[in-house]
Amino acid sequence: MELVFLTFILVLSIFLGFELISKVPATLHTPLMSGANAISGITLAGAFLSAGMQNSEYATWLGTAAVAFATINVVGGYLVTDRMLAMFKSKKGGAK
Amino acid sequence: MENIDLNLIANLSYIVAAALFIFGLKMLGSPATARKGNMLSSIGMLIAVVAGLTAEGIVDFKYIAAGMIIGTIIGAAAARMIAMTSMPEMVALFNGSGGIASLLVGWGTLYAPAGEVVSTFTAVTVILAILIGGMTFTGSMIAYGKLSETIGSGAVVFSGQRIFNSILLIALIGSGVMLSMDPSPESVWFWAVLGLSLLLGIMAVIPIGGADMPVVISLLNSYSGIAACAAGFAINNNILIVAGSLVGASGIILTNIMCKAMNRSLANVLFSGFGTVKQGKAIEGEVKPISVEDAYYILEAANNVCFVPGYGMAVAQAQHVVKELGEILEKNGAEVSYAIHPVAGRMPGHMNVLLAEADVPYEQLVEMDEINPRIENVDVAIVIGANDVVNPSARNDEDSPIYGMPIINVDQAQTVFVLKRSMASGFSGVDNPLFFGENTRMLFGDAKESISGVVSEFGN
Repeated sequence: MELVFLTFILVLSIFLGFELISKVPATLHTPLMSGANAISGITLAGAFLSAGMQNSEYATWLGTAAVAFATINVVGGYLVTDRMLAMFKSKKGGAK
Repeated sequence: MENIDLNLIANLSYIVAAALFIFGLKMLGSPATARKGNMLSSIGMLIAVVAGLTAEGIVDFKYIAAGMIIGTIIGAAAARMIAMTSMPEMVALFNGSGGIASLLVGWGTLYAPAGEVVSTFTAVTVILAILIGGMTFTGSMIAYGKLSETIGSGAVVFSGQRIFNSILLIALIGSGVMLSMDPSPESVWFWAVLGLSLLLGIMAVIPIGGADMPVVISLLNSYSGIAACAAGFAINNNILIVAGSLVGASGIILTNIMCKAMNRSLANVLFSGFGTVKQGKAIEGEVKPISVEDAYYILEAANNVCFVPGYGMAVAQAQHVVKELGEILEKNGAEVSYAIHPVAGRMPGHMNVLLAEADVPYEQLVEMDEINPRIENVDVAIVIGANDVVNPSARNDEDSPIYGMPIINVDQAQTVFVLKRSMASGFSGVDNPLFFGENTRMLFGDAKESISGVVSEFGN
């Protein structure tokens, strides 16, 4: 049942993703990509398990490395996206 | 009882986080709301991360803290210091880091708690996470190397490549099946899957030439999402699946847009090294160079000027002087626009970001389909470091390798200035008849210096 449930979520999210992303204008494709990149850092939530469960020493090290890499994605991704978006200005002036 | 409650709260938080991601992406639909959207998305991430920390079974936080501190320092430093011209390399590195994180999560899942066995279903998802994550990692590293030109940016093609890759793929599937039957991180099949996945990523990206990089980056972006998805299945976490599939879908849409903009199928981009194809017709005609001073006289009289930037503008760091010239022309009474081809630059939207950095208002950035119907009203089209995306062969030379690719029809403007270092052909190695056109004037030299020259002529 678990598998069916997870697949259900997967399918719905993919449709939603297509629907949302196809509305993003070409001007914003680079920030979209780096923003999406930040979201893919969600692996972090999974990495916590390996890093903190103390199943085995190896798992802890693997998990810690995963936490570090995923955090780079999250922090770097959101910051650089914000930096880019801050530069997009309207003709009327003022940062949007 | 307490654990159940905590679990419920965590799952509810995941729903909130997912809603914020979705809302954030929706707000990316307009430059006016995009920044707020990104902020919402990051709040969603914060909620998801905090919820993740409460997960059952986490007993030791010191390694988590260490990992997060290291990641934050590297991520923040990179995001702050990177030049806008180097965004494609940066995104490639981030893709790679997402990929390897998923790989490591999958790998760690193989170490089951004492007394428990990794089920076959979990094993299959772990293998997928390792496969896709590993491919994304090495593929992104190669893409980074090509983009930053630390390795050659051309396509690497050798005879027997397809056969080699097919064997690689079969070996990978075989090792995967063997591993799923006896999932253990000590198994020799595990190392085979890991090694072959990493090798597959390298093999997948080396045959792709530099001009096709926008497609590759988009595709790797998608993979990094799919890898997160697979990791989500492996550890039964629904937020990973939702977020991963949103990213996966986003990458696939961008990939599709890029392929369409080059009139090529994804298979064609992935498997045929570009640049090894036959040459089009030989071009006859005369190249007409122009001096900075003459360029000034023509621009001074122009009522409608359109800039067409390409990767060369990024290389020359010319976006700021371009904007300066644009402003002067506007004051002079001309209508100024910036036409951007979908595959201009090395990643989707790259030129838009550079021009935004130079303070060009986003209303002046127009897409190809918007400028082409009114290109005849443009008095002067200024092509800066773009080549293939304005090559008329794409329209009228059936033998040309880029035939059929939609282009910005600058050759139909009243006058075209092409700023170029020399007569060398573009990244794809295809000749460009535009340079020999009746209404084309070549302004040779460094793009930044040429434009500055024109700007100072206006000053006099």
